[in-house]
Amino acid sequence: MAGLRTRKLNIVDRALGKGRQEVVSQSAFAHLFSEFVQYSQARSITASELERRLEDAGVGIGVRILELASLRDGKTRRETRMLGILQYVHTTIWKALFGKSADALEKVVENEDEFMISEQEPLVNQYISVPAHLPNLNCAAFAAGIIRGALESAGFPAAVQAHTVAADAGGSRTVFLIKFAPEVLARERSLASA
Amino acid sequence: MATGSYTFVIVAQGDTPVYGAEFLAAAKKDGQDTSHLNQLIIHAALDMVDDAVWTSNNMYLKTVDKFNELLISAYVTPGHARMMVLHDVRNEDGIRSFLHDVHELYVKVLLNPFHSAGAPIRSDTFDARVRALAKKYLT
Repeated sequence: MAGLRTRKLNIVDRALGKGRQEVVSQSAFAHLFSEFVQYSQARSITASELERRLEDAGVGIGVRILELASLRDGKTRRETRMLGILQYVHTTIWKALFGKSADALEKVVENEDEFMISEQEPLVNQYISVPAHLPNLNCAAFAAGIIRGALESAGFPAAVQAHTVAADAGGSRTVFLIKFAPEVLARERSLASA
Repeated sequence: MATGSYTFVIVAQGDTPVYGAEFLAAAKKDGQDTSHLNQLIIHAALDMVDDAVWTSNNMYLKTVDKFNELLISAYVTPGHARMMVLHDVRNEDGIRSFLHDVHELYVKVLLNPFHSAGAPIRSDTFDARVRALAKKYLT
């Protein structure tokens, strides 16, 4: 143990991993995530309660990854506009977490406060099988929580939901539906007119 | 090198102060204790920061407010933690470098999974690092 103690490093002295990508093995992540889903499932009665638990767990990650990703990039700017922050989540944050940008970022045509980020095969769901009696369950609620955490701490409070959507060519994809709070829209309008 | 007094505060999202420190010039140390006044001025300047934060996308907002001969500079991280410096001398580049380096320390503390974003930072090591940075840039 004495050998370990000399190597103990305070968190403020550790490197932030600028410039290089530190990767955790996917099997380690899948194992941890499946344990977490089972833990939450045992403590939830309904599917929506389970999703809420997963989402809440993601929020703290979103808050941290937002800060970390921009520091790693050496950025000196923040995102102040709605489209800018969405683009940032879709590209930079997704890359930092999952090694690639999300498959698509779209605007919901009917509602000006809603946007969709869609992903063919979310990494978090790779080894998750949805039981037949819970067809609406999507464990990517965890990733939805990450999006919500990042948006909220950037000053864009929003509700984020993960939905499973059947694709035209068979199979399905996960859509993260982002609905911004009214004050974000109001600020966006005042910034656009300024 | 200019010598001045600096009061530094980090205010997290939701207006909770999470860290504060004072770096006083040697000559000021035996004078009147104005730290309570400084706190007030800094917190009054938060409103100016909230206005400036959406009109500029720079993290470093430079001088946001003045009170008599005192100046308040601010820096806002992407996660909207506001770092405020109250100072009585002009030292733009020094403050910019100081805040940039403190930002990095702050993110490291934030990355601790047992630390939540609005909680006070009680780490002695963090405090020591911030003071070392102040010595480097704010003297």
